[in-house]
Amino acid sequence: MLNAEKKTFNFNEQLSKYYEQFRVYADRILALSNDSLEKTINVALALCLVCAVLVSLATVALRPLQSYNKALDMKKNILDVAGLLQDGTDIDQAFKESIEAKLVDLKTGDYVEGMNADEFDQRKAAKDPAQNEIIPVEKDIASIRTKAKYTKVFLVKDGDKLQSIILPINGYGLWSTMYGFLALEADGQTVQSINLYDQGETPGLGGEVVNPNWRALWKGKKVYAENGDVALTLVKGTVDTSRPDSVSKVDGLAGATLTSRGVSNLIQYWMGSEGFASYLNKIRKNG
Amino acid sequence: MDKETKKVLFEPLVDNNPITLQVLGVCSALAVTSQMSTSLIMAMALTSVTACSSAAISAVRNHAPSSIRIIVQMIIIASLVIVVDQLLKAFAFEVSKKLSVFVGLIITNCIVMGRAEAYAMKNPPLQSFIDGIGNGMGYSLILIIVALFRETLGSGKLLGFDVLPLVKDGGWYVPNGMMLLPPSAFFIIGLIIWAFRTWKPKQVEHNEFKIMAIAHGEGGHH
Repeated sequence: MLNAEKKTFNFNEQLSKYYEQFRVYADRILALSNDSLEKTINVALALCLVCAVLVSLATVALRPLQSYNKALDMKKNILDVAGLLQDGTDIDQAFKESIEAKLVDLKTGDYVEGMNADEFDQRKAAKDPAQNEIIPVEKDIASIRTKAKYTKVFLVKDGDKLQSIILPINGYGLWSTMYGFLALEADGQTVQSINLYDQGETPGLGGEVVNPNWRALWKGKKVYAENGDVALTLVKGTVDTSRPDSVSKVDGLAGATLTSRGVSNLIQYWMGSEGFASYLNKIRKNG
Repeated sequence: MDKETKKVLFEPLVDNNPITLQVLGVCSALAVTSQMSTSLIMAMALTSVTACSSAAISAVRNHAPSSIRIIVQMIIIASLVIVVDQLLKAFAFEVSKKLSVFVGLIITNCIVMGRAEAYAMKNPPLQSFIDGIGNGMGYSLILIIVALFRETLGSGKLLGFDVLPLVKDGGWYVPNGMMLLPPSAFFIIGLIIWAFRTWKPKQVEHNEFKIMAIAHGEGGHH
């Protein structure tokens, strides 16, 4: 007891001694001419220290709230592509009720068991050498260089019945890698919706990939031709509905040839054998 | 409020507006004004950064070595902008996504630097703070006017409420798509400057050069 008191006392004394030394030093520095080298260096250091503490405090203290916001935003994007987002939807609740995340091994097309899909960070995994795989240049039509070995897909269920499958897609447009989701109906063939939620294309031209009117054009389009090839693609101008293959064609974006080509490429890549083809095959077989 | 404070606070609204008279901070005024909600948040962010950075810079003004004066100002401004950006990401995520890089670009907004250099380096902290608020309000006023025109005419809405019923929803108004693009803000700011200078003729600048009339028969005539 006595010992402990003595210790605190000593500690306080030590602290006030340091403070006294600091004050003497600070007073000496502050009294110097503004243009002396010593003062310049001291002021610069002190200012940097104060600002660094301020910035770090703000970043660290606010990080939990920010990552919650980010996660919520991702859930919102998924609900949106699933067609489950209305004004006033409780996002956490709706997500929990109707959407299930699963990991898929792209090569075999099987679900990966024993890993927590909810905590899997797809975009981080695609960049992590331990979890990704480098795409050979000749196969890299979406210009993304690497992809995660396991990919997170989302299943929309109504009770036990599979309603739709939401697949993450990404690919390079004109300025940026576009990230998005493609929602397919349970047949693994019919498009329900597309949502390219993260892109940096030219606003008003390529940036129109987020335009609800354009996105509505995707509904009901077929991904695969009868021989199993990926047929879904964007065309220049408006789709000629009299042609038999129009069911797999979507209007290109006016004034954004390169963004449109980017979207076609990323669909071609992700729906092809490098992407989700084997997974979707298995879905179709198992009904 | 004494007369001096009033002058510092309200003069930047019309008489010495940072956008229309000093013509500073125009790029962000073009970029964020297609919607009222983003404009309001941007206005608040810029006002708080200008006020706080002016106060902080004024507090250290007597000890800021002149050789690193601008760097001292930049560090203070940049730190505050990062803090504001972090706060927005935490408490107004949707808006911060829409504002994207423009919050970060407050660092380079000439109004903040301009007030630091022109006012805060020569005046005490409290007054500098008020000057920052005043100039922030002057910027905000223009942003709000521009956004008012751009959002109503461009999308028929204001803060998300329908103002002009659109043709595609069965109304009569055909939205003016150009209003959603940045150049329209140029025209509107130009019109505001015209209006201000008609109201306050003192703001009209005199010609720096006068085009000389060349007497007939001289200068390359053949």
